[in-house]
Amino acid sequence: MKKMIRTDKLVFEYIRRDEEGNVEGITRAVDNVNLNVEPGQFIAILGHNGSGKSTLAKHFNALLYPTEGEVYVDGMLTEDDEHLWDVRQEAGMIFQNPDNQIIGQVVEEDVGFGPENMGVPTEEIWERVDESLKAVRMDQFRKSSPNHLSGGQKQRVSIAGVIAMHPKCIIMDEPTAMLDPNGRREVIRAARALNQVENITIILITHYMEEVVDADKVFVMDKGKVVMEGTPREIFAQVDKLKELKLGVPQVTLLAHELRKSGLPIPEPILTRKELVEALKACR
Amino acid sequence: MLRDITLGQYYRTESVIHRLDPRVKIVGTFSFIISLFLVKNFIGYAIAGLFLVICIKLSNVPPKFIFRGMKAIFFLLLITMVFNLFLTPGEAIFSFWKFQITKEGIKLAAMMGIRLVFLITGSSLMTLTTTPNNLTDGLENLLNPLKKIRVPVHEISMMMSIALRFIPILMEETDKIMKAQMARGADFESGSLIQRAKSLIPLLVPLFISAFRRANDLAMAMEARCYRGGEGRTKMKPLIYKKRDAIGYLVIVLFVALVIVFGRILFR
Repeated sequence: MKKMIRTDKLVFEYIRRDEEGNVEGITRAVDNVNLNVEPGQFIAILGHNGSGKSTLAKHFNALLYPTEGEVYVDGMLTEDDEHLWDVRQEAGMIFQNPDNQIIGQVVEEDVGFGPENMGVPTEEIWERVDESLKAVRMDQFRKSSPNHLSGGQKQRVSIAGVIAMHPKCIIMDEPTAMLDPNGRREVIRAARALNQVENITIILITHYMEEVVDADKVFVMDKGKVVMEGTPREIFAQVDKLKELKLGVPQVTLLAHELRKSGLPIPEPILTRKELVEALKACR
Repeated sequence: MLRDITLGQYYRTESVIHRLDPRVKIVGTFSFIISLFLVKNFIGYAIAGLFLVICIKLSNVPPKFIFRGMKAIFFLLLITMVFNLFLTPGEAIFSFWKFQITKEGIKLAAMMGIRLVFLITGSSLMTLTTTPNNLTDGLENLLNPLKKIRVPVHEISMMMSIALRFIPILMEETDKIMKAQMARGADFESGSLIQRAKSLIPLLVPLFISAFRRANDLAMAMEARCYRGGEGRTKMKPLIYKKRDAIGYLVIVLFVALVIVFGRILFR
């Protein structure tokens, strides 16, 4: 089966310049990343600020091109000009700031922006807008101005705008970083529903550990490299290593970890509150 | 103070005026403004005023909302009227020291005032009843012939709609920066005019930086959603003339004719 996204020895370098435009140095933002994403997966990419995770994400949508190496989206090389628009249509992207990615003055017009650009006929645009707004449960706000929505609602509108382009994969670049806990939950719930119901591949970039617990696979990045890779259970078993990378683990996992250290016989990775309760019951 | 500017803000409600084709509204507004400059007497203004009141009534927009935009131009209005009042030569009715108020001055000041108020009210009515997207679509469509002489019509209309979308966001941001600077002791209210202008620098610099950052983000988001200029783009809401739009044009023609006949030709 074709991989949804495949990167092959991907390297990306920023050239830093001083005020006169002389080259000061080169920063490797992404360093030799090999990554495979299967269709239909829910992938999480973790990393603290400056770990290169956003830069990596921009490669999946052909917003940045690799300095070295290659990126394939659904078998298409992103550097291939012929496929540029197909890549952007198949791999939709959600950004951090909800205000800076909504173009329309009315919710439904914003959702229609993508299909309009793709040259979809008018009636079909309307169908797509209807179904996408329903998919993120924002249909009752279709005539509202985006300025009157909450952060979580704005982010769901952005997601609807991407769904309307019928992507196979959605890349979310810290979609919850600027939201309150409620908004964060709404967005993650919408992402999960898309993954399960519509079978859209989701790549979630975040530094909130709670959001990755249900992912199929987690990549942890540090200094441009993928340093850990595995299921959430495998990743969270290594609490000390995550701490070294300046990443916190979910509170329950941390609590279980500390309890284990002080001698309670609790099995290694605990991801949910329910699991911890069960484990503690077993201890009695 | 910043929130008072209603120009460029859409008021959401159902009405005949809202449903009119944006091209009709643009042509109508421009004809209205031009006719305001053609009028030479108060009968013409009375007709224009009546027309405006009927339009506002039909639009279901609360008048309060429309006149809120007037506060922003209050000083402009005042200055214009005062200058006209005192500086128009003619038959003096009242004079003190070096100033004199003339009969012509009163007439001119009143006309200028009415003209400005009508002008702002008319154009706010257009923006209040038309979504900016619709407005720019209409403008793009009306200016389409200019594409032949290589005017980037689509780009201009896209720029306008983005500018309109970001007006409230940037205003909110200005407010926020202003408060942040005030909390740190910045003073925007006292001092001479030059001092006050200078005190705006710590407000404008962060605002510009943030605007550039937003522009960068938005450009990226648009590209990620396959935006590649006007070529090959379809419309979610294509502009199609309906019967009511023909009636709209007819009303506009009648209005202009009426204003010119009564305001210019019959009574001088």
